[in-house]
Amino acid sequence: MDRSSANFDEMFAADGGVRPGYADFCGWYDEQDPKWLQRKDAEADDSFRRTGITFNVYGEDEAEERLIPFDMVPRIITAAEWRKVTKGIEQRVSAINSLLYDLYHRQEIIRAGRIPARLFQDNAAWLQQMVGFTPPGGIYTHIVGIDLVRTGPDEFFVLEDNARTPSGVSYMLENRETMMSMFPELFSRVAVESVSNYPRRLARSLAACAPAATNGKPKVAVLTPGIFNSAYFEHAFLADQMGAELVEASDLRVVGGRVQMRTTRGFEPVDVLYRRVDDEYLDPLTFNPDSMLGVPGIMDVYRAGGITIANAPGAGVADDKAIYSFMPEIVEFYTGQKPLLPNVQTWRCADEDSLAYVLDNLAELVVKEVHGSGGYGMLIGPTSSKKEIADFRKKLTANPQNYIAQPTLSLSTCPIFTKKGLAPRHVDLRPFVLVSPNGVDITPGGLTRVALKQGSLVVNSSQGGGTKDTWVLKD
Amino acid sequence: MLGRTANGLFWMFRYLERAENTARLLDAGIRLALTRDLATAEEEWRSVITVTGQRRLYEANHDGYAGADAWNFILRGKDNPVNVREMFGAVRQNARMARNAISGEVWEAVNESWMRLEKLLARPVGQSAVGEVVRAIRLAGTLVHGALEGSMLRNEGYHFARAGTFVERADSTARLLDIKYYLLLPSLNYVGSSLDNGQWDTVLRSVGGDRAYSWLNAGQMDARGIVEFLVLDDRFPRSLAYCHGALRDHLFALARLHGTDAGSNQLMREADINISDTTVEAIFEQGLHEFLVQFEAANAEIGQAIAEDYRFLA
Repeated sequence: MDRSSANFDEMFAADGGVRPGYADFCGWYDEQDPKWLQRKDAEADDSFRRTGITFNVYGEDEAEERLIPFDMVPRIITAAEWRKVTKGIEQRVSAINSLLYDLYHRQEIIRAGRIPARLFQDNAAWLQQMVGFTPPGGIYTHIVGIDLVRTGPDEFFVLEDNARTPSGVSYMLENRETMMSMFPELFSRVAVESVSNYPRRLARSLAACAPAATNGKPKVAVLTPGIFNSAYFEHAFLADQMGAELVEASDLRVVGGRVQMRTTRGFEPVDVLYRRVDDEYLDPLTFNPDSMLGVPGIMDVYRAGGITIANAPGAGVADDKAIYSFMPEIVEFYTGQKPLLPNVQTWRCADEDSLAYVLDNLAELVVKEVHGSGGYGMLIGPTSSKKEIADFRKKLTANPQNYIAQPTLSLSTCPIFTKKGLAPRHVDLRPFVLVSPNGVDITPGGLTRVALKQGSLVVNSSQGGGTKDTWVLKD
Repeated sequence: MLGRTANGLFWMFRYLERAENTARLLDAGIRLALTRDLATAEEEWRSVITVTGQRRLYEANHDGYAGADAWNFILRGKDNPVNVREMFGAVRQNARMARNAISGEVWEAVNESWMRLEKLLARPVGQSAVGEVVRAIRLAGTLVHGALEGSMLRNEGYHFARAGTFVERADSTARLLDIKYYLLLPSLNYVGSSLDNGQWDTVLRSVGGDRAYSWLNAGQMDARGIVEFLVLDDRFPRSLAYCHGALRDHLFALARLHGTDAGSNQLMREADINISDTTVEAIFEQGLHEFLVQFEAANAEIGQAIAEDYRFLA
């Protein structure tokens, strides 16, 4: 491959040498017959299809189930790098939880003038019903996905916090299973931290947040919107791996002050609900009286201590991009320390000066919707046409507080396997973080998303991104 | 287990059984059509379509009973809402819904079979391929049942899956016998007489029982013998007696696991007596058709009672 990349490459140093973390892998790789590797590459797809690790694409009739492309070159993180990253994540996740508690209680951070009140007042994810209520164990964000990008040897940035229902963890697990079955010898040569106990850690973490009403061993259920949801595979996978029930809202009903599921024996209480639906589909009585979706009355049970909902309703207020821009202040306010993991520089278009700067520099910036996700509704200045930029300018000036802007980062690259050999592609990293009263638990690994198109910076699976197995090396 | 999940397992195996039975029926039809003249072949395809219960729908959209028309209608006809492709889609859909109640091996057997069938049924099936398709459908059943036997916990989920299998299989054998018998008999005077061996051979082939029957009966083909075999012989795994014996065992196991004597068990006991206390003579006395209609109704009632007893639906 071309080893002189303008970006930081995870595998190769600027002089073309292999970085230490990748030495064992590259030693193995160079010994392999490229033809055999190509055959293996094709096998990987078959294996994903066989196991049914697919995601549904909205609005497509044909081929309604798709695979997220898998690349067999692992993304490798050394033990020392991982220790630094996890310290930063722990700090950030604790701060997010403190922020949520504070916002829904005394709002000290606003009284102290560190963040403006409009951040929650104008926030669609804000939930008045949560004011003054403390969820079981004081935990709001039981499962968090922190999206990291890297620009240099020691430069990790947080790109996004996902405090609602982060997805992708099944890929972390299945990518590893696939790698282990494809290249077992590789794992006897390289000492890689295991990720396979994530479901057990998740079950334990959720059980530790059981509500006061729990009788005996906490009963955990995963709430899915159903088999047509794009992440259904993951919901079923996690329920299966945890030994939890996989429920839809229609299986649940409030009976005798508890949320109960309809089993073959009658109604049985659920103690902890790991919901993979958005807030507005939880309870029609609270969120949308016209809706048939959700479990009528579940919020009342929740507020009475009859069930734990993970993540807590209203937690989304902490992860939109306007709050994000204040995260350095937020971390400092609650932990008394400087953030260990920096933010990407962010211009809030709600501020007049920032807006002026952004409008002057649209061609160089990435502009995102404050509430957007999935790579939709954003402008990537450097790769957009004049017309696209002009169109976006109109949207931006019409509603500036709806946008933030960031510099176009030179995201690190990691090689992918192609027919012509290794080729660098941009990557990000989403470690999965569990929070319970027992502390913050980060599984050593995560989901590495990779932009498969040469030069592309968009790693989202909905936009043609792929995934890699993520290795954290043992010391 | 969730009621909805139990429902998914039950129907997953009903559809699997239905797909497999349809494949057997098709197999027998293809064979007969090959050994007969054109008119007999057309007659046979009409009877095959009739057994699937879609004759009216078929005739609304097709002129005549050419073999390829008939088998494509059954396998993948867009104008046939219960074609095999749809059935197997329903197997997989239910398996996805009950994903955390089945083992990974069962899921993979379903998913791989579905992928194979989707490929085989993507385009109209020609004469040279239809045999392979039929084999693939039968193999799918074998694979899934094998995975179930070898890897599933013997908990309620297993028994719901097996109950679905036998409710469907009993219904299928009864229906096949009823329809075929009437088509085969020019008049009631033929009851008990020696009949066209080729036709009866088709009935036996449709339930995969041709070899077993001739092994047990030394090639003696008569209506009584075949009815006795398909209704009362509990050594044959697709006979009504066998299916209800197995269904009874699984329903008892479910009742034991749930600590109840459910309504489905009561109905099962009644249905049981109707089979175990009868003889082939008594059946012909009553009228085979009447007997089968009664059996099918009781069988359907048991199916509904299972759904109620175990809260399949909200």
